[in-house]
Amino acid sequence: MKKSMKKVVSLLLAAVMIISMVAFTSVVYAADDSVEVDPDFKMGVILVGDETEGYSKAHMDGIKEAAAEIGLDDSQIIWKYKIPEDSSCYDSAVDLIGQGCSLVISNSYGHQTYMVQAAMEYPDVTFVSMTGDFAAISGCDNFKNAFTNIYESRYVSGVVAGLKLKELMESGTLTAETQPDSFDADGNVKIGYVGAFSYAEVVSGYTAFYLGVKSVVPEVVMEVKYTNSWFDIDKEAAAAEALIANGAVIVGQHADSTGAPAATQKLLDSGKICYSVGYNIDMLETAPTAALTSATNNWAVYYKHAIETVMGGGELEADWSEGYDVDAVGITALGESCAEGTAEYVADIESKLKDGSLQVFDTSTFTVGGEEVTTAPCDLSFLDFTTDPATVVYQGETVEAIQDGHFSESTFRSAPYFTLRIDGITEDAEAVE
Amino acid sequence: MSSEKTKVKEPFVRIVKRDGATMKNKILIRAAAILLALVVDAVFIFSVTGLNPLAVYGVMFNGTFMTPIRFSWAMRDLVTLLCIGIALAPAFKMRFWNIGAEGQVLMGGLATALVMVKCGQSLPTPLLFLVMFLTSIIAGGVWGFIPAVFKAYWNTNETLFTLMMNYVATSIVACMTNIMRGKASSLGKLNMSNQAGWFPQFLGQRYNINILVVLILMFVMYFYLKYSKQGYEISVVGESENTARYAGINVRRVTIRTMIISGAICGLAGFLIVAGRDQTISTASAGGQGFTAIIVAWLAKFNTFYMALISFLLVFLSRGASEIASAYSLNDYAASIIEGIILFFILGSEFFINYRMIFRGSKHKGVQ
Repeated sequence: MKKSMKKVVSLLLAAVMIISMVAFTSVVYAADDSVEVDPDFKMGVILVGDETEGYSKAHMDGIKEAAAEIGLDDSQIIWKYKIPEDSSCYDSAVDLIGQGCSLVISNSYGHQTYMVQAAMEYPDVTFVSMTGDFAAISGCDNFKNAFTNIYESRYVSGVVAGLKLKELMESGTLTAETQPDSFDADGNVKIGYVGAFSYAEVVSGYTAFYLGVKSVVPEVVMEVKYTNSWFDIDKEAAAAEALIANGAVIVGQHADSTGAPAATQKLLDSGKICYSVGYNIDMLETAPTAALTSATNNWAVYYKHAIETVMGGGELEADWSEGYDVDAVGITALGESCAEGTAEYVADIESKLKDGSLQVFDTSTFTVGGEEVTTAPCDLSFLDFTTDPATVVYQGETVEAIQDGHFSESTFRSAPYFTLRIDGITEDAEAVE
Repeated sequence: MSSEKTKVKEPFVRIVKRDGATMKNKILIRAAAILLALVVDAVFIFSVTGLNPLAVYGVMFNGTFMTPIRFSWAMRDLVTLLCIGIALAPAFKMRFWNIGAEGQVLMGGLATALVMVKCGQSLPTPLLFLVMFLTSIIAGGVWGFIPAVFKAYWNTNETLFTLMMNYVATSIVACMTNIMRGKASSLGKLNMSNQAGWFPQFLGQRYNINILVVLILMFVMYFYLKYSKQGYEISVVGESENTARYAGINVRRVTIRTMIISGAICGLAGFLIVAGRDQTISTASAGGQGFTAIIVAWLAKFNTFYMALISFLLVFLSRGASEIASAYSLNDYAASIIEGIILFFILGSEFFINYRMIFRGSKHKGVQ
């Protein structure tokens, strides 16, 4: 009894300390620090992987960080690891409810059809399907989606890459003489991007990255190579090698492994001029001199918000997507190869993204088919493609995404819907083998 | 020893075939095996986690019995495993090593899924279920028929053949799911908009149709194997093909017929999985149960009622092991080790049921 009291007291102390630290440094969500921890609150987490897989680990870290900030005890979080995107997701969700969870979170897109099934049967429990895309139109009030505005940090990581390109060209290291493959017939410098699948999430991301580079170096073209896999070290390495062989000086990525940075480092060491921009995690360990930075999500911001809201009896947004405004996204530490003055330049861009004075998809900065884009209708319906023609599962609105001179990404729903193919970027028809 | 030069040196232990262990012996040996397994598991659990093994076993019990819904899932998993075990029984009794259940289940499931998708909007519900049912058993049956024909006419090795057919089936399913999902990033539940082809709740329970179908199948297969002429033919072919031939049994016909039945029931299991449990198809739909079911069929000596018991034991173990892993934040591998140790001992106990050991100096000399 005494021992457990001690434990409770020390936990409370720790919680108070953390909360007060957060309050004084006011990093996250200034307003709602005062939520009291409900000892009966329980949350369940359904993960597609475990701590050995980067994407799930990022979510686990985010939840743990949020729980520590709020002061939740470990026993208040029940984890389900390695849950595939099939009916075992539904089973896990129901099982978590059976164990008393009032908030159930799943982290993979493919979980959502099973999550909504459970959500309909248990209207008192809040379900969040991270990266999902039909919460708002499903008609199921306790089913939610959330994502981050990762495109903002991809844009910033593109700026970092652009500054490096500029430095390379201005110093005379990279010219049509030193590395002729890296320039096309019109004198544009070439960069590359390793993408997982040709989904909106990836298209939105690589376009943002490209526009970031282009904001510094206007004469630039990008080649995108798909791997058709979210995590495949060998394919991502092969894609990076192929892009660099085609002349890419910078290789960005939207895939979860360290394959591309490792391959880039190897080629850099062999004398090629090539650098890497990663995703999710700091790549400096893998590629000490080739890695410039990585775009990352700071999931803790959302998880803290979600836990506090549900624990306090509040209602979560059907769609939540935030970016630099609440520090939900960011870039990792700058590598030693970054151009001089990068940190200051980036800080300026970040503050502009924060206050909204800079829009990533500003229509004056890109063209489609040579024309400025003035209209981009997006159908937000959720379709079932197994039938021919595709049937509508949940009817959504068709919205006009171009607003006030920019493409308004992740505002109509949290999951990305930017699918314009802009000039200057070519997607390879064949995925890497 | 030196004084008895003429005597052959007696080995420390001799292994002697046991002729029909008594029921009491069988139960005792198996109980001892499970007990030993629990002791070894306890050592493993304690050395890895430092937890009290008894408390951990209590948690294991929770895996199946903590909530009514968990029990209903255990029943659902039980009948899935049992259904595949029932499918394998005639083939194994015939000594036809059908290790292709995984593929046969997948093909049945794929046929079901395709019918759901293609006819879900056009056919009335009863007809839709009929077509799903028929195509699934045809697809599974074909997947059993192919290796059987090759075995019957060209004496190919059925073990390798059926194993390879698994890989073919898995690839076909992977290919088809990729086509079916279209522009979506994953297939998700089929027919979400109208729920066509989903088993309805029956008597208030989601999985009752699955349970009912397999229960019926359990009785039918029991009588088929034990009392029908075809069942007798199967056992004769299994004991000795030459005897079967001498008795005027058409071995080829029996082989092919039995494998079609085996494959068709596997296909039916695929139908139950897709329509009754998952409402989707993936390469993981069979989930390795095609292999686990071999243990079920073999341990039960093809008695379908024993199969139900063994299926229950296996489901209880696997649910319990993953509950242990989840409750103590161990990973899945720890659960697999716990489960594996118990399985190892259960399978090992079969040795002691069929053979007995005679130690040097033992009073029971000679064969009983």
